[in-house]
Amino acid sequence: MERIVIIGAGQAGAQAVATLRAEGWDGSLALVGDEPFAPYQRPPLSKAYLSGAMERERLFLKAREFYREARCELLLGHPATAIDRIAKRVHLKDKGELPYDKLLLATGTRVRRCLIPGSELPGIFYLRGIADVDAMRPHFATGARLAVVGGGYIGLEVAAVARKLGLEVTVFEAMDRVMARAVSHPVSDFFARIHQAGGVRLHLKMPVQAFEGKGRLEALRAGGERHEFDLTLIGIGVEPNVELAKDAGLPCDDGIVVDDHCRCAGDLSVFAAGDCTQHTTRDGRSVRLECVQNAIDQAKHAAFAMLGKPISYREVPWFWSDQYDLKLQIAGLAWPGDRLVMRGDPDSRKFAVFHLRNGVIGAVEAVNAAPEYLMGRKLISDGTVVSPERLADTSVPMKNIA
Amino acid sequence: MPKIKYIEHSGREHEADVPVGWSVMEGAVKNLIPGIDADCGGACACATCQVYVDPAWLSKLPPKSDMEETMLDFAQELRPNSRLSCQIKVTPELAGLIVQMPKSQH
Ligand SMILES: Cc1cc2nc3c(=O)[nH]c(=O)nc-3n(C[C@H](O)[C@H](O)[C@H](O)COP(=O)(O)OP(=O)(O)OC[C@H]3O[C@@H](n4cnc5c(N)ncnc54)[C@H](O)[C@@H]3O)c2cc1C
Ligand code: FES
Repeated sequence: MERIVIIGAGQAGAQAVATLRAEGWDGSLALVGDEPFAPYQRPPLSKAYLSGAMERERLFLKAREFYREARCELLLGHPATAIDRIAKRVHLKDKGELPYDKLLLATGTRVRRCLIPGSELPGIFYLRGIADVDAMRPHFATGARLAVVGGGYIGLEVAAVARKLGLEVTVFEAMDRVMARAVSHPVSDFFARIHQAGGVRLHLKMPVQAFEGKGRLEALRAGGERHEFDLTLIGIGVEPNVELAKDAGLPCDDGIVVDDHCRCAGDLSVFAAGDCTQHTTRDGRSVRLECVQNAIDQAKHAAFAMLGKPISYREVPWFWSDQYDLKLQIAGLAWPGDRLVMRGDPDSRKFAVFHLRNGVIGAVEAVNAAPEYLMGRKLISDGTVVSPERLADTSVPMKNIA
Repeated sequence: MPKIKYIEHSGREHEADVPVGWSVMEGAVKNLIPGIDADCGGACACATCQVYVDPAWLSKLPPKSDMEETMLDFAQELRPNSRLSCQIKVTPELAGLIVQMPKSQH
């Protein structure tokens, strides 16, 4: 019987199992994961799971029966250590070898470690998996002093939850604005104001230089001063898990390079999907995306390609982030040089920023503004020419904008 | 646990016991009931968890939030009894709720 092996039991891995079976794959199927858990959702980790509003059981993407019914062997807690592409075998830690006919790499990312002095002290946490939240959560006591290093999505989502739980929160960001890699200036500025209004102390352009403490984190050094804290969350980005692929001689850059059918170059049996991949977008840029949408859609595309019915990946990427009572929704990808059009007033806590490029929308960032987000996503997908004046005019409903 | 009835577009029926506090969407996903994609996992960010609520039950549900209302407004195959199933929290009063899935979520 032919066998498909999936390495990485996360969002993309689980989706691939579902799509392969739904599309009639009848061969054998194995899902290999290094974490002890069946695939689960990560977004709630920095939101409802951290706040305590969602229990662990609800994080799992599928019930255990799903894998039984899908006749998918779950090999959890066994990292893949090497791929032998000639013998078509995957080596697992403590679990021997696994032959494959087709292989899907869905290894995701890992957190970027902070390598400054003192960064190994207890009391310093990262956030990628269930185990990270479980380790950190007991320290989230009312009144505890939390330093968040890195004002990206995850850092800011944690800051919002921590404020809700009554912690004292300070964010240290090295750049001159928050979420700088991900959102436009107006959106950065808006969220900076929201966090400050929510009681977060925000230090921009202030990289942390060192952590200090006797056997446990007590303080950090930043901006030439010593700041005392009880705990720290570091959220300074992630690195793709490409080593398996790279060691097997598959082309990697800032991710495992895939074509628009999620195939790896030079090997017809190997595919990749999700956060670990780098692909060329419909507008011709080479990117590595870190979002649920891309993990789901690439996994579907990889599954289709594995079954010999490839479809080109043309989906508009989308993403969301929840902070306080605000929902930020983003569709498309911003380019440097885009013309920004503001629709609505940030002070009303409901607005959108459109990124225009050659008359069409390239991206939209919407805060509590679902029509702007959804219509924007459609207009991006269709490549519809829009007038910036109409976009900026809130008296024109989004449905009639084009 | 309240029992909820899910009816696929094809007419196939499923009944599931769903814990109080979970969403109607989670009840389907965790019980392998097909027809609800729930790409965003219940964050009210994707609109791929639409269901048609049995008209008799419609008035017994808590009202839609602004966000749900507008997300639905742009969904495919919208009907007056459409809801996003991730936004319906299961309560003891909802025992017996009947929902139907649309033909497709995309
Ligand atoms: C705290 C947090 C909040 C987030 N919030 C959002 C959000 O609001 N919206 C959004 O769109 N996205 C969000 N994301 C991103 C989203 O979770 C990811 O894009 C998504 O999980 C990517 O799926 P994936 O399958 O590619 O990788 P993952 O889900 O990370 O799965 C990869 C799996 O492969 C395993 N693995 C790696 N190497 C090996 C190996 N050699 N052998 C075996 N297993 C291996 C990893 O341990 C992991 O379990 C968030 C992420 C985090 C961490
Ligand atoms: S699951 Fe995404 S909106 Fe309901």
